[in-house]
Amino acid sequence: MTVEDTIRTKLTAAFAPEALSVENDSARHAGHAHLTHHLKTQGRGPADATGQSHFNVTIVADAFKGLGRVARQRLVYDALKDELAGPVHALAVKAKAPGE
Amino acid sequence: MSNPVFERIQSTIDANDVVVFMKGTQSFPQCGFSATVAKILGHLGVDFQDVNVLADPEIRNGIKEFTNWPTIPQLYVKGEFVGGCDIIREMFETGELRAFLEEKGVKLEQAA
Repeated sequence: MTVEDTIRTKLTAAFAPEALSVENDSARHAGHAHLTHHLKTQGRGPADATGQSHFNVTIVADAFKGLGRVARQRLVYDALKDELAGPVHALAVKAKAPGE
Repeated sequence: MSNPVFERIQSTIDANDVVVFMKGTQSFPQCGFSATVAKILGHLGVDFQDVNVLADPEIRNGIKEFTNWPTIPQLYVKGEFVGGCDIIREMFETGELRAFLEEKGVKLEQAA
């Protein structure tokens, strides 16, 4: 399963979202110094770049109703903490409640 | 609070109205997300303290735990965590960031 699929599966399980989009933005960052550095901190080299490191997530779910931006994004980060500690270098999040 | 790294972070956000924990410095950001936050604050004419986490591995790891937020950059205003790049960008686009900073009494210079 790709990282992208894992993100989708975990967010679906955690939030039963009304809408979910997971966009892999890794290609735009391939070979960038910061990514090379990220791999290095994990004891890996540029050849280990997976093309699965940068993602844009847009999610609409009831769970976000009445919560501020920080609380919403924390919920998303919590659901994906294993990925953030591992292969995912950057995760842009838009979390909305239905009707927003 | 007995964690020395947390104490250093706390004293930094106590001593400065606006602090950005970022990769690189405000004049030389080394990550696109950090650059975005620095650019937005610059655009609003906010004088802020930058903390380059790349130069300080203890802070780099400590700030994630301190804030309970796994990514960098992180913006603090008057000791309060406001958000990372996505949140700051969204608040800037909707005009909320300017209103929030004014409400907090942060001095904004007239944007050039």
